[in-house]
Formats: sequence, structure tokens, C-alpha cells
Amino acid sequence: MTPITPEIIAKHGITPDEYERIREILGRDPNFTELGVFSVMWSEHCSYKNSKLELKKFPTTGPRVLVKAGEENAGVIDIGDGWAIAFKMESHNHPSAVEPFQGAATGVGGIIRDIFTMGARPVFSMNSLRFGDIRGDSPEARTNRRLFAGVVAGISHYGNCIGIPTIGGEVYFDDSYAGNPLVNVFCLGILRHDQIARGGAVGIGNPVFYVGAETGRDGLAGAAFASRELTEESKEDRPAVQVGDPFREKLLLEACLELLASGCVAGIQDMGAAGLTCSTCETASRGGTGVEIDVNLVPKRETGMTPYEILLSESQERMLVIVKKGEEDKVRAIFEKWDLPYAEVGVVKDDGMMRVCEGSEVAVEIPARKLADDAPLYSREAAAKKAPEPLDLAAIPVADCQAALGTLLTHPSIASKQWVWRQYDHMVRLGATVLPGSDAAVFVVREANKILAASTDCNAIYCRQDPREGAKIAIAEAARNIACTGAIPLAVTDNLNFGNPHKPENFLQLREAVEGMAEACRKFDTPVTGGNVSLYNESPAGAIDPTPTVGMVGIVEHASHITTQFFKDAGDAILLLGEPGDELGASHYLLAVHGLKAGPPPRLDYDTELAVQDAVRSLIRSGHVKSAHDCAEGGLAVALAESCMSGQAILGADVAIPSDSARADVPLFNESQSRIVISVKPQDAASVLAELAERGVPARVIGSVTSGADLTIAAAGSTFSWPLADLRKSWSSTIGGLMEG
Amino acid sequence: MKFAVLRFPGSNCDQDCVHALNAIPGASADYVWHKDTSLAGFDAVVVPGGFSYGDYLRCGAIARFSPIMKAVQEFAASGAPVIGICNGFQILCESGLLPGALVRNRGLHFVCEHVSLRVERDDALFTKATRTGQILNIPIAHGEGCYFADDETLAGLNAHGQVLLRYCDENGNVSDAANPNGSRENIAAIRNRAGNIFGLMPHPERACDPLLGSTDGLHIFQSILK
Repeated sequence: MTPITPEIIAKHGITPDEYERIREILGRDPNFTELGVFSVMWSEHCSYKNSKLELKKFPTTGPRVLVKAGEENAGVIDIGDGWAIAFKMESHNHPSAVEPFQGAATGVGGIIRDIFTMGARPVFSMNSLRFGDIRGDSPEARTNRRLFAGVVAGISHYGNCIGIPTIGGEVYFDDSYAGNPLVNVFCLGILRHDQIARGGAVGIGNPVFYVGAETGRDGLAGAAFASRELTEESKEDRPAVQVGDPFREKLLLEACLELLASGCVAGIQDMGAAGLTCSTCETASRGGTGVEIDVNLVPKRETGMTPYEILLSESQERMLVIVKKGEEDKVRAIFEKWDLPYAEVGVVKDDGMMRVCEGSEVAVEIPARKLADDAPLYSREAAAKKAPEPLDLAAIPVADCQAALGTLLTHPSIASKQWVWRQYDHMVRLGATVLPGSDAAVFVVREANKILAASTDCNAIYCRQDPREGAKIAIAEAARNIACTGAIPLAVTDNLNFGNPHKPENFLQLREAVEGMAEACRKFDTPVTGGNVSLYNESPAGAIDPTPTVGMVGIVEHASHITTQFFKDAGDAILLLGEPGDELGASHYLLAVHGLKAGPPPRLDYDTELAVQDAVRSLIRSGHVKSAHDCAEGGLAVALAESCMSGQAILGADVAIPSDSARADVPLFNESQSRIVISVKPQDAASVLAELAERGVPARVIGSVTSGADLTIAAAGSTFSWPLADLRKSWSSTIGGLMEG
Repeated sequence: MKFAVLRFPGSNCDQDCVHALNAIPGASADYVWHKDTSLAGFDAVVVPGGFSYGDYLRCGAIARFSPIMKAVQEFAASGAPVIGICNGFQILCESGLLPGALVRNRGLHFVCEHVSLRVERDDALFTKATRTGQILNIPIAHGEGCYFADDETLAGLNAHGQVLLRYCDENGNVSDAANPNGSRENIAAIRNRAGNIFGLMPHPERACDPLLGSTDGLHIFQSILK
């Protein structure tokens, strides 16, 4: 066996201090295989060693929480009538940077496994994707397009084949992600309260089964790979990327749900990051037991694999199942029905050890709990906080606002993502009632007869300028998107994407974002049910903009409440809930038109935000709201244009925005928070305004929907008019044009 | 009328078909496992969409060898209705129950969207509840839905009135612009010459509930019940 040298230790990413800790735990030096096991379990990806102390700041409890964050593979939330949902978001950034198609595909596969491991049937997926700029002819732009196309194709391949609809999400393009794209995937499943499955190895003497794809050399030590910065040499890490087989996973999904329903299962855990290593020591740790397996019994794809390779392989579509003793034959019959490779590989022991044998030889013997739960925790050094530079508006010329709206609507981050979601099967499972492209997706879960709304959000420019405020706004905006569909927010999952935490400025961003998000989650009464941390998101050009992505889920109480963002009928009154606003800092207008990431993000006032959201929900329930759309990137002008042209037919609008500003870009494009555009029947406008006044929500009629072909906005003494057919054409064809051009 | 909805490994619209059919008065549906060998007790067969056996070879190429397909052949030979949706259409073509083949979409991408379909004749078993020329709004979701047949086969299909649905625009014009996948002559659905086997790429089960934006899929199922 390979001798342990300081070089070998360093190559495994283990620090001298950590090595000493390993020696203390074992009472001896680890062998090479054990060193490999520690290196993956104590990687950031598996242990959260650099972020855990921060993550403890999140609120994780609430009356609806059935399984808390961190307890199991995914949190579980009560949605009433004995039904519950399990959901989670996870990143596959590094694999996607190196091999976009398989990186994204296996990301989808991994998050789906996390959900059905809980005993839930996965019912829909979403994703939040970020790439470098895809415009232009530079080698970088071509690379970014290749990554974007590959990631979308990979998600489409895996999700479509397994038959889980991809119903929404977001895609942003920004230079900060060049060379380090973000691929955050979300999945939600449905289950009865009494179906919650646990990942503990309980019952001494219970047999341990391996089921699913054979173990190969693919994805060796991917968790450790994901815990490093990307460099020019990262391409050589391509073997660390796994290859996905959605068909296998479909069989595994159906078999596992059938197995869990059979009552034969004592514990179940998927093999994701760190594969067999993680699943054995985590089940033992959760069960307060030991697990002993024999690698000779593990189904393998190739011969000559060492215990090190078998334990560290991240081959996809595999599960570890602790079976109740005496039920083995029933379990075998189910695996055989679904044509899945399986083997009885071990047994639950009472000694607290993770013991891996190769026949009669012991290859690994480590106290399971120490390995799984006692990774070193670090509070890294954070740089001193400094406030964002105030925005010197006087130094920024007023753009040609007529042209600026077109520039914003054809900025790839704002342009229609139809090219993307047309490639995803979003209609399977008969649930997508609000199609992708709206504020939040709305989905009918047929099994439970429940209607859910879900949204992923993060404005990374806000987070770059002020991570605390940006993270607060991510939660507020997700809740606002949910409110616009008529739903009540329930809970959130998060995916914290940051740079190398050893750099004090990056660690400050992480801490600030977590604290901001935690505060906002408390205000919106949406506990965090789990998620994922992805650090080391850096390319040779530097760290990404901090991107704490939020996935929020809400519930719509009645089908009649489901509300969409586009205008419905000419003559309807258009109301703005919230003040017209005046904050241009960190806006997409500054980015897209002036090429600037400058100024502080807009302020978030919780009381106003909550009042606006409650009001829109209440008005939706009373049947007054025909459309509701939140103001986000590009401000009111973009929101109005989207409401005019995102339905089947174009409707015009004639609007005047009150403003104290002498410059028209302020009222048109500011991104002040807590604003929602709704349309109501003209005869309802007065009573709606009265109700809003009673609730203390600032609101006014700003115009009306027309049967005309133009969007006309009067602001700051000027009147602008845009032909909507042209806007729609350029908005809807931008991305397809860039990609298929 | 009792529908058998086949389940192959990799089928993923089986649950949707059962759900949609069970909601239609006069229809009921149950699953039949691909390793089963009998369709006794069923009045009609639905071969649902999905990725049978992962579709790693050609779509439907392996499913045709599943044990249940022998029963489907006999069932069809007896004149009972068989309907293949999406991957099911592909399987019926691979099995030789329907002519032609479904190949990679013209644009090479998977396409999921609502499309307009023109009914070519309303006297067929599967379109009785529609009118000739009626435009149906039903979604598609496929990567390999481009219908291909050689000229002779195509002439035969047309001569015997076997084309039941064509992709069209919202005004019913069968044009190249309205063709989402490059299918020859915008063909979206065909039947066999005897008239009891029907294959279509669009998903009628996804258009049976007003919450999903269209109920035009009901016309297809109601035709069979009529």
C-alpha cells in the first residue's frame, strides 16, 4: 500500500493539524485508504467545515417543519391533510465547468436521489444557472455559449428521461461567472407524513444492501475536486466528473419507492458525494451504530479496483439500503423486478465503527461518528466590513431611455428564456399550471391535490455590492414572486455560492449573506430546510460575485387563486403597489446600459414588503386581481413590458409614473423594492385602492391596459412609446439568436 | 371501457395516462407491467410516453421485444383499439404495427410546447368526437418526433386516409413554419389501414384539465369511447 508521506497528505487536501486530529481519532496513523476516506468526508463539500458555524445562524424550526435541516438528506415540510413535501437545492458548479453536459445531468440526478431517499416521490425540478457573457465572438463568449448549451442539454437529457418536469428557474449571464458557471438544481417531492424514510443504520444485525449502478472509476473523489478553485489544469480533473444514466435512476426511483412502501426498510441513504464512504459512515453515525461492508461484494463495472477506488468512486445511481432482517427475499424480488444490480454487502454492528473489508482483510476501520460529524470546523478570517460606495448619479448621464428599454429587454439575463425551457419537459406529471417564464412556477401535485408555487432567486449584483442586503432581498423577492401567484410562502432551501473562504473578503461575503438571509427568513416566517454550500467558485480571473441562491416554496390554497403576470383585458386598470421608487444603485440599467456595477442595492423595508405581499395575496383571494407581476431587474418599465407581452396575445398599456426626479431613467428603471404591478377591472379600482389604503400600503392607479400595439409611459416630463411587437420579437429571440445564430 | 396502460422500464407518462383516463366518465384505466403476457379484461391499450429502456438505441427499439408486446400484437390483430402516444408511437412503429419511423427533431433540440393540430378526418375511431378541419391545442414533448416515411409509404397513408392529425398554425394552415420537428407533410398522428391502431406524438393526456390550459386531448379519448 502507498506509504503516507507529507506530500500524499497535502495532495489529499489534509492540513497538518487535520492529520494530527485523524491520528488522535484512530490512535495510530491512517493507511492510504483511510486517508482517502477522511479527505472526502472532511472536504468542504461533505463536512461544510468552513461554513457550518455560519449555517447555524439560519432559522430551521417552525410549526410546519417535520424534518429539520441537516438531520437527513432533505428537510420535510407539512402541507396539510397528512401530506408533506421534501425539497432541496444543490450545486454542480465545478463538474459543469469542466464537462457541462454530464456535470449538469448528474447534478439533476443527485438532487432527485436526495428527494426519493426521503421516501418522497419527486414531482418537479427547477434550476438556477449562471454563465459568463454569451454575446460576441470572443473565445470567452464562445466558451460561455458552449457551457450554457451543454448545461441546458444535460438538464434536459436527465430530467426529461426520468420524467420529472423542470418547471422553472432562472438564468443569468455575467462576466463574473466566466470560467466558473453556477449550476444550482432544485427538486421537490411529495410524501405522506408516515412515509418519511430515515437514513440511519438501525437494528444490529440488519443486512446492508447495495442497489443500483455498478461502481466504476468515474467521479473518483469528486467531493474533494469540488472543494478547490478551478484552474487551467482543472480540465485534467475530467475523470472526477461522473456520467449519468437517467434510465437507471428512473428504475432506482421506482424500485426504492416500492421498497419503502413494502415496510422492509430500516434505513436508506443515497450515494452522492463521497459515494460508498459517505453513505456507510453517515448511516452508522445517524443510527448510533457501526456498519461493516465487504468491497469484494460490491457490484463493479471493472476489475482490479482497489478499496480506495471503490470507496471514493462517485458513480451515479446507487443507494445503500438497511433492510429489516428476515425481509431480504422481498427486497431481492423488488430489485429483480426493476432489473437492478444489487448485492448484500454488509451488516449493521454495535461497535460504532465504519469497517470496510476486502474479503478477510480489514481495509478501513474508523469510528463512524467521528468521521461523519467531527470534521474540524473553522471560522475563517473575515475582512473588515465596508459600506458600498454611494452612487454619484450626477456623474452618470441619462441614457436614451427609448433605446434603453430595448437594451434591457435584450440583455441575456432579462431576455425571454423560452429557448431554455422549451428544451425541458415541463408538462409531464400534469402539474404545470403556470408555465416557465412567470414570476414563480405553479404546480398541481396530483397525488395530494395540492397546488404549490416555487421560485428561485438571487440578484448577485446586489450581493456583490452589499452581501447582507442582497441576501435579504433574495428572500424578499422569492416571497414576493410566490405572493404574486396567490401563494403563501412555506420554507426555503438555499445554495450558497461563494469564492475561496480562505480569502478574508470572500469569507466576509459568506458571513454577511448568511446573516442577512437568516434575518429575512425570520421576518418572512420561512425556515431554511437545508441546502448546499459551494465555495471555491473562482477562475483565474477571480472569485464570482457572491451568489446565495434561494429556492422558496409556497402553497396556493385554491385553484381560483392562481394568478399570472400578463395583462388579460384591454380597459383594465393598472395599479402599482409600493412607491414608484428612485434607487438606481446596483441596477441592471446601470449594468446593461452603462456597463456599471455601482452603488448600493435598494433598501428593503420589511414592514412595507410584508404589507405589500399580504395585500396582493388578499386581493387575489377576493378575486380582484387579474394579473400580478413583481418589479425586479430593469424596474417598472421592464415589468410593464413583460406584463404586456408575455401572454399569448400582446396587449398595450398607457401609463404615467409619478416621479420627483428630473431624469426619466430614475422612474423607468429604478429597482426599489416592495413593488408589484397588478391589473384589475376598471370598476374595481376604487375599492381596491380603498382596501390598500386601509392596509397602509402605498398604491395608485398608474394607467390602463389598452388594445393598442404600444407600451406608452410618461415619466419625468417625457413620454415614451414602444411598439410591443418589436419589443416582443427582440426579447423572445435574443437567446435563441445568440445560440443558434 | 377499460384501458390497459403499459409500463415499460423507463415509461414516464404512464401515471399521467391513468390519471387522465380515470377522470373521464365511462373510462377506467389500470397499469399492465411489460413482463406480463396477457391483456385479458381490457378493451383498449395505451402505450404511453417516456424513454423505454432509456431509448439509448433507437426510441422504442428494445421495448418491442418486451413480453407484453406479443399480447399487444394479438390484441391489435383482433381489431381492438391500440393507441401509442409519443414514445408509444415510436414503439408501435418499431413493432411494425404502424408504418414509418420517428427520427431526431429537425432543430436537434428536445421541444416541449403547446402546438396546434388540424384534424384530417372525423370518421376515424380516434377522431369521432371532433370535426374535420377542427384545430386542437395539445402539447408535444419529444426529441425524436420527426415523422419519416418514404414516398411510397406516404402516398399509401394519404390514399387510405391514414393521416389523422397534422401540425398547423393557429388558423389551421399546415405550413413549414408550424412544423415543430420537421415531420414529413407535418404529420403528427397516423392510424393503420384497418383503423384500430393509432400513433401520435402529441400528448392528449396533458390536455384534459382546464388548469393545464387545454382540454382538447379529451376529444381523442372521447372518440374512442363514443
